[in-house]
Amino acid sequence: MEKSQNIIELKNISRTFDDGFRVVEDFNLTIQRGEFVTFLGPSGCGKTTTLRMIAGFDSPSGGELLLNGEDIKELPPNKRPINTVFQKYALFPHLNVFDNIAFGLKIKKLPKAEIVRKVKKVLEMVDLEGFEERKIHTLSGGQQQRIAIARALVNEPEILLLDEPLGALDLKMRKEMQLELKQMHKRLGITFIYVTHDQEEALTMSDKIVVMSEGKIQQVGTPEDIYNEPKNAFVADFIGDSNIFSGIMTGKLRVRFCGAEFECVDDVEHGTMIDAVVRPEDIIITTPEKGNITGKVTSVVFKGVHYEITVLSGKNELVIQSTRKAQVGATVGLNIEPEGIHIMIAENIENRIETGVTKDYRLHFLNGVLACDIVKLIPGAAMNADGVIVDAGGDEIDIEKIRVVVSVKPDDIEMSDDKNAGILNGHIINLIYKGDHYSYVVRTDEDEDFIVHDEDLWNMDDYVSLVIPPDKFHFSLKR
Amino acid sequence: MKKWYFSRRQLGIPYGLFLVCFVAAPLIVIIYYAFTNGQGRFSMENLSDFFTSPNTIGTLAYSFGVAVVTTCVALLLAYPIAYILARSKMKHKTAVLLIFIMPMWINFTLRITALKEILTMLEGNLSYYPFLNTVIGMTYDFLPFMILPIYTTLLKLDNSLLEAACDLGADTLHTFVKVTLPLSVPGIISGVVMVFLPSMTNYVVLDMLYNSTYIMGSLIGAYFSAYDWHNGSMIALILLLIILIFTLFTNRYADEEENSREVHLNGEKNM
Repeated sequence: MEKSQNIIELKNISRTFDDGFRVVEDFNLTIQRGEFVTFLGPSGCGKTTTLRMIAGFDSPSGGELLLNGEDIKELPPNKRPINTVFQKYALFPHLNVFDNIAFGLKIKKLPKAEIVRKVKKVLEMVDLEGFEERKIHTLSGGQQQRIAIARALVNEPEILLLDEPLGALDLKMRKEMQLELKQMHKRLGITFIYVTHDQEEALTMSDKIVVMSEGKIQQVGTPEDIYNEPKNAFVADFIGDSNIFSGIMTGKLRVRFCGAEFECVDDVEHGTMIDAVVRPEDIIITTPEKGNITGKVTSVVFKGVHYEITVLSGKNELVIQSTRKAQVGATVGLNIEPEGIHIMIAENIENRIETGVTKDYRLHFLNGVLACDIVKLIPGAAMNADGVIVDAGGDEIDIEKIRVVVSVKPDDIEMSDDKNAGILNGHIINLIYKGDHYSYVVRTDEDEDFIVHDEDLWNMDDYVSLVIPPDKFHFSLKR
Repeated sequence: MKKWYFSRRQLGIPYGLFLVCFVAAPLIVIIYYAFTNGQGRFSMENLSDFFTSPNTIGTLAYSFGVAVVTTCVALLLAYPIAYILARSKMKHKTAVLLIFIMPMWINFTLRITALKEILTMLEGNLSYYPFLNTVIGMTYDFLPFMILPIYTTLLKLDNSLLEAACDLGADTLHTFVKVTLPLSVPGIISGVVMVFLPSMTNYVVLDMLYNSTYIMGSLIGAYFSAYDWHNGSMIALILLLIILIFTLFTNRYADEEENSREVHLNGEKNM
């Protein structure tokens, strides 16, 4: 019998909660038979909801969900040839290991001898032979995990769903289980759909990674693709450690960021606003004279295989991984090979400034302060009667540790030649005509570059004041 | 100035006194009376009286009957109510729960008097169905004690277990029989304990509903009002032993359940 290669297809799937919150939006994905697919994203990105829709515990608000080419949206979970390994295992506490694993087989009314045979076989597979009579609460976390996998696999599903199955295990056990799951997948040849927020886990195990954020797919690709060619700043930031700088193309295969020009291999049109991603291992430390940019070493942390070195160059902080040690406080030169720079065209250009919080709960903003409702930014935080911000447990929050990202859209900034009109002043250092408007780069007196869109023509080197209405600022907590 | 604190031992004094006066002393008095005769000498006569007198054995059987039927009826009524309250997505759950709990806030004799009037209206004369009336009265009185523990257990039931059952191919009925019901056993047990034991002894319900048959409580009351402290005490002591055995048995079961539930709690903490 010829079966189609695509085992499951999600077409324009969306899910809106009763309160109007859109958890998953316009989700399109095709999964092939036998693939190991991972949904990767921070918590709340909709990955678990998507998995639950495939399992049948949640139904899509719109779109099509095809299993072997047939829409299964109306099919209840118990009728789907899909089994799940739950986040907290969800083993039945009143049943022993055998009865837990045999649960599905007994419902199918299989002959007793066959049930016994199948349970024995699957227990061998997860390396827990002879555990049939054990009570669930006498098992360790890792053993419970294996039983949960065995309980799902014994039903010989077409697709196995795994919802952060290794989240509760310690690091060593997790690494072991990752390899074991990978081997199991190879041996069984069934489709695995895996949900995790751990990028390393996703990179290790998957054939295909689906990076999600705020209910939308950011990128789909092999682990190598996702790591080496991230599609946008979110993916680059989420997968692996990376340095992301906003910059501008200054010529053919030439890019400017961090106050210096670099050669690169991505051919992007001159004048385009870009985000440059540089992996920490691609930055080479050299002497100040030889470096393309220079900076001061602010910290050196030994990480086992390498040192993690932080260098401050002007306003930019660069994280570098090197096998050679550096001295804190030393001035070093930094070089980046053209292959080490990955250029992404900035989609929604935003002026982003990372800043700290003042003692009276306002934000440092260049030379001044900015009002901001800090309480709303921190989940679970509240202001107590003394005017101190406390967390959900009632303990005071150390505001010095909190970093806030202030962002302003280029369209929301207006330029004025009255020096007192705005909150910031600076010189225009670059301008590009973008068809219906000009895109300016304004370097403020504090040496910060702002991108401003304006329909009127200004000249290079004009000294302007930037007017930003207070309600146009957007604040978010730095991850 | 040094602050003055109560030590733990000092704080314990009032409770110690309470225990001695209201638990230990009465118990000793009961034991003393149970094993002495009218002349104040040690005697096992009261014990042998209990098991030889058809009167007491008959009463024990009748009390047992009332208690068993009451408990079964209460369980059959309470489980669906508790289930609906705990598992459904109903909006005003607390309000509905309150309707079932509210009778507990009204004076007990008042409630039974009201019930008596209703039953008289329906049956004409209460003496036609004494056993039925007693069971109705007891069930009415003790139903909240059955609902509450079952409701609490069902409320704590981990939804992912039900999803797991469904994922493994179980339909709604299978899931209920194989997962929900076994996991609500601890709630059922505490409900049964809370209803079964009082309905063996609460003779006020019988009195008020004109059921002249004795149950264990009324038997003790009758001996005491005839100044026969010795036989009364022996019956009280035997009841105490029955309760003790019953509690030990159910506690052991509840412990096992508790262990298996802890697995779950640990799982959650590790999240």
